[in-house]
Amino acid sequence: MSLSADDVRKVAELARLELGEAELATMAPQLNAIVDYVNQLQAVNTDNVEPLAHAVEFHDVFRADVPSVSLEPAAALANAPARDGDFYRVPAVFGD
Amino acid sequence: MIDLTATELLKRQSDGDLTAEAIASSCLTRIRDHDPHIRAFLAVDEAHVMEQARAIDAKRKRGDVLGKLAGIPIALKDVLCVKGQTTTAGSKILRNFVPPYDAHVISRLREADAILLGKTNMDEFAMGSSTENSAFQVTRNPWDLERTPGGSSGGSAAAVAASFAPLALGTDTGGSVRQPASLCGVVGLKPSYGRVSRYGLIAYGSSLDQIGPFTRDVRDVAILLAVIAGHDARDSTCVNAPVPDYAGELDKPLKPLTIGVPREFFSEGLDREVETAVKEALKAYAGLGATIKEISLPHSPHAVAVYYLVATAEASSNLARYDGVHFGHRAASFRGLIDMVKKSRGEGFGAEVKRRIMLGTYALSSGYIDAYYLKALKVRRLIRADFDRAFAECDAIIGPTTPTAAFKIGEKTSDPLSMYLSDIYTISANLAGIPGISIPCGFTKAGLPIGLQIMAAPFAEERLLRIARMFENETDWHMRRPKM
Repeated sequence: MSLSADDVRKVAELARLELGEAELATMAPQLNAIVDYVNQLQAVNTDNVEPLAHAVEFHDVFRADVPSVSLEPAAALANAPARDGDFYRVPAVFGD
Repeated sequence: MIDLTATELLKRQSDGDLTAEAIASSCLTRIRDHDPHIRAFLAVDEAHVMEQARAIDAKRKRGDVLGKLAGIPIALKDVLCVKGQTTTAGSKILRNFVPPYDAHVISRLREADAILLGKTNMDEFAMGSSTENSAFQVTRNPWDLERTPGGSSGGSAAAVAASFAPLALGTDTGGSVRQPASLCGVVGLKPSYGRVSRYGLIAYGSSLDQIGPFTRDVRDVAILLAVIAGHDARDSTCVNAPVPDYAGELDKPLKPLTIGVPREFFSEGLDREVETAVKEALKAYAGLGATIKEISLPHSPHAVAVYYLVATAEASSNLARYDGVHFGHRAASFRGLIDMVKKSRGEGFGAEVKRRIMLGTYALSSGYIDAYYLKALKVRRLIRADFDRAFAECDAIIGPTTPTAAFKIGEKTSDPLSMYLSDIYTISANLAGIPGISIPCGFTKAGLPIGLQIMAAPFAEERLLRIARMFENETDWHMRRPKM
């Protein structure tokens, strides 16, 4: 299994990452080297083995459903790159 | 004063021989004199440090009850949110991020009357093993300025090694506390997964990340761990289990003691001098009455491969939040929303972060998720089962923390895979969720520190620290300091 330059472009699109041509050129061989390395796992027999997503296997941690104080709007918005009053400002989501 | 442990500094203060102000001031002087060469810190707010110290002295003078770390300065990896203080995670994308709240561990440190000394350098988003991936500066190893302190918590490890602070916090996702502790000749603990709340820790790999202490000796680990460990409802993976008095029976040797030595940790790639030092340490344990047993962790050779699928998959999801909308960098010019997100991320993230987001996205993408991500999770269970089997017959597993002593700055930056392999012995503990500690166990002929890694069963920190302390009480490796 090897990633072509097009595959790398497609993954960058999925990851919402803009990569320059120079970055794309180094990314493909580096990712391929890592993918080659991780392919060693294909040789491990994992028949009847369940995936382990978490070392401590939690199930449904509940807390009491009581209202509590949350961040003030001013504090929540203090790091906003752009804002309009108490709202985050972003470009139009639909169309131009 | 700069070489004292937190335990000694606490005693000197209660004896009236030292003030918090004098301790803080000596740390700041040391940082001013030497950090321009080491570059461990990203930010130190001197006025605020002195203000905290004077407040502790005033409390003591009034006869108020003091916290368990009263007047003790602590350096903080810049991945832990401190309310009102810039917290960057070593990334340009968070260059101007000022958290509106404290991480849980920061609240605990404040309650314990510790002095928050400053924020330390790190690999961007904790992705790296040398601290060279910081967007801001390269940190140097106090033992040899041409070498890295390890990573990703390299700034915190270097700060303790250089006697800038008696205590520091780092985070460990694949070895990022233990590996730099080993390379800098200090003590570093990764607690069991779920022992310490991750609330306010900027996430990398959520099923692997744990916050852990750097100290000069095991007793200080016991004291600091007791302060930061324990339940916090704001992290649903934080286990609601009692926190033992880790310092209580610390000096009581564990008897009988069976130590497992995994043969996979002594194979190809292990430096001769490191191997010799670790074998000497095992002899010391045998001399203390321990039974040394060769064991096998048959799936451990796959740990690095599993890690680079699991951690990157989690990272690709965690780092999706950096979209230029709510906080962090937003590109100056763009065409539409999607372009804004792509450009902001493209400009804000460094090369290693991009590489890991790409790998994780690939491992999770349609058509590959079974072959990569789910396959890795299955092998992860086999790795965990290896440990379960080992701990059924051993109290601890001991081996090297890292395959080599500190490597040179720039040595591994062009070959990501060789950098990844420097975590080969530490990564499996994160995958299995078990605690691991690195303690100094010798030096190479070139004068570089060597670390001994001790691992124990989940939530067996109390025994782990006692076992580590047994070795520390017999040796003086942890007392050595770099010439600066």
